[in-house]
Amino acid sequence: MTEVTRAEHCVIACAEEWRGDGEVLASPMGVIPSVGARLARLTFAPDLLLTDGEALLVTPDGTVEGWLPYRQHLTLVTGGRRHVMMGASQLDRHGNQNISCVGPWERPSRQLLGVRGAPVNTLNNPTSYWVPRHSRRVFVERVDLVCGVGNDRAAGARYHCLRRVVSDLGVFDFGTPDRTMRLVAVHPGVTVEQVREATSFEPAVADEVAVTRAPTPAELRLIREVLDPGNARAREVAG
Amino acid sequence: MPDKTMTADEAVSRLRDGMTVGIGGWGSRRKPMALVRALLRSGVTGLTVVSYGGPDVGMLAAAGRIRRLVAPFATLDSIPLEPHFRAARERGELDLTEVDEAMFLWGLRAAANRLPFLPVRAGLGSDVMRINPGLRTVTSPYDDGETFVAMPALRLDAALVHVNRADRRGNGQYLGPDPYFDDLFCEAADTAYVSCERIVDTAELAKGGPPQSLLVKRHRVTGVIEAPGGAHFTSCAPDYGRDEEFQRTYATTPWPEFAARYLGGDEQAYRAAVGRRP
Repeated sequence: MTEVTRAEHCVIACAEEWRGDGEVLASPMGVIPSVGARLARLTFAPDLLLTDGEALLVTPDGTVEGWLPYRQHLTLVTGGRRHVMMGASQLDRHGNQNISCVGPWERPSRQLLGVRGAPVNTLNNPTSYWVPRHSRRVFVERVDLVCGVGNDRAAGARYHCLRRVVSDLGVFDFGTPDRTMRLVAVHPGVTVEQVREATSFEPAVADEVAVTRAPTPAELRLIREVLDPGNARAREVAG
Repeated sequence: MPDKTMTADEAVSRLRDGMTVGIGGWGSRRKPMALVRALLRSGVTGLTVVSYGGPDVGMLAAAGRIRRLVAPFATLDSIPLEPHFRAARERGELDLTEVDEAMFLWGLRAAANRLPFLPVRAGLGSDVMRINPGLRTVTSPYDDGETFVAMPALRLDAALVHVNRADRRGNGQYLGPDPYFDDLFCEAADTAYVSCERIVDTAELAKGGPPQSLLVKRHRVTGVIEAPGGAHFTSCAPDYGRDEEFQRTYATTPWPEFAARYLGGDEQAYRAAVGRRP
């Protein structure tokens, strides 16, 4: 087998986010989190629920096992039986996320998606983030509009739970005393210094920064032959 | 037996400047585009549009018909950013009430249930509160004492939705996998206009799908419009998928050129221009 790519390490890092979650819906946004969620379901997290991205609950081979239209999906969010991995146009050290616009909200320089479900997601079900291009433009001191609620703004929110941030460079948790982003792992070939340089704020760094594990041969076969034979993952993360 | 059938132009002729209009569907899915096109042909303007936004929002914004938009997003799904909505926002042309997807749903539910608001666990801690300074919170009267957003009812003057089948009395049936919130839009509105791919006899509805596919109830419906291809270029499963190629044309053609080429005439002219058989 050829060498494991960065994208494949990212798949593993994303998949690991759903380990131990039990019978909840894995909601991935982006190609690599989608491959990761299905990989987790096929291997170490067999109880996970998956959607087809529309209104159906499906097994990894596409067998329909349930109906989940938007209205029920929102109930599942507020009921907390879901772990979402959202994207982020901007993210700060506290985990505040922006997908709405860049610049002043009143008249943005770049209008993006809108707040979507980020406010309800972050107050109701475990939330992780996926950033396929780690850069200072994404990891900012202050986000222009808080859509997903960070730890510093979630006072009293009973079900607020930010888990992790996975980027194409590494993995962060919120394990500092003030629950800010802390680098806990880098992907093979990435240095801590590289992560620092690509981040606008100074991230906390764990005493021992791990290296993202490689996929097992069985996992690698699943990724390459079953889950993403068209190699869409390489278009999201090169190298 | 009341026959509520009318043309799309008749339906929009009942709308007035400054009305609050809810538009069903989601993103670039099952949008009542024939009704939106009729709205574009009409002179109606100054609208407050309430929508899980797709090209309905983009087109009405590009044509300058929206005074205020109430929405959690605007997207074309396979093209993530709605280009005309985006341009309108970046030119500062659009007043926006931007709320979370769940807040929006709770607002429709409140209106449908004739409540002034519903409490929702969403929005707190986010900038939704800053950009909507009129939003109020409410404290649970029970022992938990938790604070929620009091999402105000999104009461609509009119709802526009598109379904697969309907009868002449206004019973509407969806045959795709997701009802979106079209029934709720109708229930939240004083008047509702339901376009459909095909008008069928009432007896045909139950033959076409299970009882739970009978989504829209006639007592909420003012007008029924037969509009084959009425969701084009958005999807209307299972009758047709999204016209991705045409959506790309929409997204990449300057608005005046697009409007001149495709929206100058009636619905039949639109279909001819698109090269689509009825």
